[in-house]
Amino acid sequence: MLRFIVRRLLVTIPTILVVITITWVLIKLAPGNFYSGEKRIPPAIEQIIREKYGLDKPWYQQYAKTMWPIVSRLDFGTSLRYSGQSVNTIIKRSLPVSAAVGILAYLLALIVGITVGSIAALKQNSKWDYGSMALAMLGISVPNFVLGPILVLIFSLGLYWLPPSRWGGFPSRNLILPVLTLSAIYMAYIARLTRAGMLEVLRSDYIRTARAKGLSERDVVIHHALRGGLMPVISYTGPALAFLLTGTVVVEKIFALPGLGNYFIQASLNRDEPLIIGIVAFIAMTLLLMNLLVDIAYAYLDPRVRYQ
Amino acid sequence: MSTDKNTDQPELIHIGPEMAVAEADVMPEETGAFVQGTSLWRDAWRRLLKNKLAVFGLVVVVIITIASIVGPTLIQRVFGFTPDYIPSHDSALTQSFPPFTGPNGEFSWAHPMGTDNAGRDQLARVLQGGQISLFVGILSTLVSLLIGVSYGAIAGYAGGRVDNVMMRIVDVLYSLPYVIVVIVLLSMFRSQTPRGQLILLFIAIGSISWLTMARIVRGQVLSLKNQEFVLAARATGVSNYRIIFRHLVPNTLGPVIVYATLTIPQIMLTEAFLSFLGFGVQAPLASWGSLASDGIQNIAIFPWQLIFPGVTMALTLFSLNFLGDGLRDALDPQMRTV
Repeated sequence: MLRFIVRRLLVTIPTILVVITITWVLIKLAPGNFYSGEKRIPPAIEQIIREKYGLDKPWYQQYAKTMWPIVSRLDFGTSLRYSGQSVNTIIKRSLPVSAAVGILAYLLALIVGITVGSIAALKQNSKWDYGSMALAMLGISVPNFVLGPILVLIFSLGLYWLPPSRWGGFPSRNLILPVLTLSAIYMAYIARLTRAGMLEVLRSDYIRTARAKGLSERDVVIHHALRGGLMPVISYTGPALAFLLTGTVVVEKIFALPGLGNYFIQASLNRDEPLIIGIVAFIAMTLLLMNLLVDIAYAYLDPRVRYQ
Repeated sequence: MSTDKNTDQPELIHIGPEMAVAEADVMPEETGAFVQGTSLWRDAWRRLLKNKLAVFGLVVVVIITIASIVGPTLIQRVFGFTPDYIPSHDSALTQSFPPFTGPNGEFSWAHPMGTDNAGRDQLARVLQGGQISLFVGILSTLVSLLIGVSYGAIAGYAGGRVDNVMMRIVDVLYSLPYVIVVIVLLSMFRSQTPRGQLILLFIAIGSISWLTMARIVRGQVLSLKNQEFVLAARATGVSNYRIIFRHLVPNTLGPVIVYATLTIPQIMLTEAFLSFLGFGVQAPLASWGSLASDGIQNIAIFPWQLIFPGVTMALTLFSLNFLGDGLRDALDPQMRTV
């Protein structure tokens, strides 16, 4: 197990470097520059800008200048747009916003999804089953950028119950709509996965044994069926995080939240190179570490899984 | 957004190997007795028709596709405006009329979905957007089919070190935050023309969506390649290329079709997501994502600008998902017994 973790960590580092390099190459290959905008810049001033940012150097020196601080001390440099602010500061500031929305959404999706999925599996082919699965299909099919505004339309602009947008600190009513919007699709996926997993497990021999030895239905479901039935849900946790990240980009845009996703979109539009690279690297790192954690959790929960 | 299918659906779906070989090489077409051999597909079709939700999905998808293709032309014939026709009103206020309303607030059949900010007919825009969205979805799926099936089949058939290296590459690509990289790609290489941006979108989406397909096909080929019909083909001196593409690939068709049907809505969702953020389809072209993006800016005053493209898109995805699920149940013998 330890060897597995070490090996995976060793693969993670080059993968992140590859991601950073791909991003860097894309930025450098693209026509134009962060300072090229609507106005024509006089050549003398352009010369000064190029010298200041080292753009007059050959490409390998520029690459080294970007990579060395990252590799040596995880320093992603200073944002071009938000002058004077280091990329690390911006990430540190915006991460809590994204994390709050993302984690709450995922917890909500887990609780609701597992409950609904289990009920659907236990009452297979009943109207509860069909109803909840149709609802889950709807959750998968309605894009979050449609769901979010519709929720705003109903609960903010129609009923005046909840604020329509903006960040209001951690426990605040502002969080309710973004979290609902973000979690809808995961709720739906998790409900479907739980139902499929539970259906398979409920037919297996060990459940029959548990029932035969006289355990109550409650014990059978909670102690025996859920543990096996949730395996697909756990293996979905890793990829879900990736989608959660892209989902937050949209949700943060809809609700005007100052999170990582919003900064990333702004940085892409402004060609804020250090900020783009910093956020991409951070997201890649989170993703890879989460996937590793999921694999470890998988091995602990399912004794049949062994990694070498 | 493919992972659901990864775990939800058993990787190996067996479809009798005899059939495809028979079709490809052995079977003379006129022997009536063999025609019964293809009844697997007829069987699946019959099962699909029994599934009411899948039939509903199929009907809706067909209707929306036909409407998107002929709709804009039809509207032009009947009412005389194209999707990008901007009427020249004197009204200083707004050109955005609610559904079924004319310029003076009276009832009118001309704009059943209302108009957008510039006074363009929303129904025509939504149908034209449907053309682009469906086009992107289907074409990118074909690209992912082409790359994924070839890649997976070659990796599976070659086996050994080649397979190992090829699948490790897929693993690494899998772990990349690809949507993030795609956004960087699309924003950096922002094309000057809408058509150029559309092509860029194809490349971006096509290059990422073949991974799961490659895995599925590889798994299938691995389980098929040691069977007798492959041995027989090899013994009669059939080339590797021909074994892969005439004998093995046709036998993987069942799961490939199922997964492709489920890929279309995912790609449409990705396209809409990118267009919504302003990196995808650009005006004057429209897709459901870009229409929703335009609509959200006026959500408080003109909600119909968001609701119609959004609901149309949701309905299409809903139907495609049901159709895909139905196809899976119909083509997968393991699910049949459930």
